[in-house]
Amino acid sequence: MITTFRAVTARDLKLALRVGGGAGVGVIFFLAIVTIIPFAVGPDLPLLARIGTAVLWIGALLASLLGLDRIFASDQDDGSLDLLLLSHAPLELIAVAKAVAHWIATGLPLVIIAPVLGLMLGVEPRALAAVSLTLLVGTPAVTFIGLIASALSVALPRGGLLSAVLILPLAIPLLIFGVAATNAAVVGEIPFGTPFRLLCAITLFFLVLGPVAAAAALRHVRE
Amino acid sequence: MPLIDLANPRRFQQLARILIPMFALAAAILIGVGLVMGFRAPADYQQGEMVRVMYIHVPFAWLSLGAYTMMAIAALGTLVWRHPLADVAGKAAAQIGMAFCFLCLITGSLWGRPTWGTYWDWDPRLTSVLVLFLLYLGVLALWRAIEDPNRAGRAAAILALVGFVNVPIVKFSVDWWTSIHQPTSVMRLDGPTIHPSMLTPLLISAAGFLALFLTLHLAAMRNELLRRRVRTLRILAAAKAKA
Repeated sequence: MITTFRAVTARDLKLALRVGGGAGVGVIFFLAIVTIIPFAVGPDLPLLARIGTAVLWIGALLASLLGLDRIFASDQDDGSLDLLLLSHAPLELIAVAKAVAHWIATGLPLVIIAPVLGLMLGVEPRALAAVSLTLLVGTPAVTFIGLIASALSVALPRGGLLSAVLILPLAIPLLIFGVAATNAAVVGEIPFGTPFRLLCAITLFFLVLGPVAAAAALRHVRE
Repeated sequence: MPLIDLANPRRFQQLARILIPMFALAAAILIGVGLVMGFRAPADYQQGEMVRVMYIHVPFAWLSLGAYTMMAIAALGTLVWRHPLADVAGKAAAQIGMAFCFLCLITGSLWGRPTWGTYWDWDPRLTSVLVLFLLYLGVLALWRAIEDPNRAGRAAAILALVGFVNVPIVKFSVDWWTSIHQPTSVMRLDGPTIHPSMLTPLLISAAGFLALFLTLHLAAMRNELLRRRVRTLRILAAAKAKA
């Protein structure tokens, strides 16, 4: 089982990082979102510093939506999904392996680039540390919610836009507690730990629900 | 009658033919009585006449949660028990639940303007109901995106079950967080905190809207079955024309 897990993760990582994989596009998109914000609200650094952490969270959330529908769709297109379904390993495990690979290829770069983009918005160092930490905990949950939408959209001819619509309502709690924890670290009305622990709990919840629901979707929706 | 007997569409149609007029009549009488009693009930000492929005807003709110719960149970019926009518019931509940949820948001917003001074506030209760509305839209979008009704039903069922996490959040949002929305005042362990003169019309009106929901739900299920039959007949006709 561990061998299957490693094999699937390594294969997906390789596919994502090589030509045509599109691993870097999310980071470029994130950069583009952060760049257009000052044009929309005006280059007012105190204001940007105040909304900066929220901008980083929204940017990372939108950027991690990119390509989520491809987790299973590309395997469906080239037929390797059938082989994965026929393998002895449980489908849930394969789903976890694919999500982990997808997060390492697209989610982790967003977490790493976030503090740099935060500097452009004039976010203060404490908030930068908090936003990085909350994104590190929160983005895996987005990937695992996306896993469900991706498995559901395998049945669709064009899943891209629909899967974003399905993911966003479920990702709202992450945004609420991610931004709340970041603000708590800066303003300090409530301790950072309270919303942060709730964020961790939501992430753990989706780490379990995501693969189970995705595997159920693959079994039931594909015929 | 055991639930499995309803798997036969003809038997369901027969039952629907009897039940739809009965529920419709019950809905007309109960909503009529409930609303008239609501207009005769005393005005609120703070809100004045505006409190009468309650007699339609609260039933819509209860039923939008109830319809989602029904959709989730139907989803279990689709995936676990493979009941042939479960996905039809789920789709009908999604459509009507979406409409009721929308009406709940609209009436709440019209009630909020004179009493809270705003049409909308990003408050836990309001936000979680808005998320409920988005989940309904997501489920319906998924239904529309897949052509084959059986596959669409299974996909929508999985999404409905995943989205069910939001239902307890809506229910308990007013108890867990500070909210401008009032806390639970009817279904409480220590008894309702509304005065009987307002509670009675509210409950009658809620029963009426429940009957309305059941009427619409059965009618929507019947229409969906007919729609599927038309679809099958068209496919058969097309296949015959080709051959």
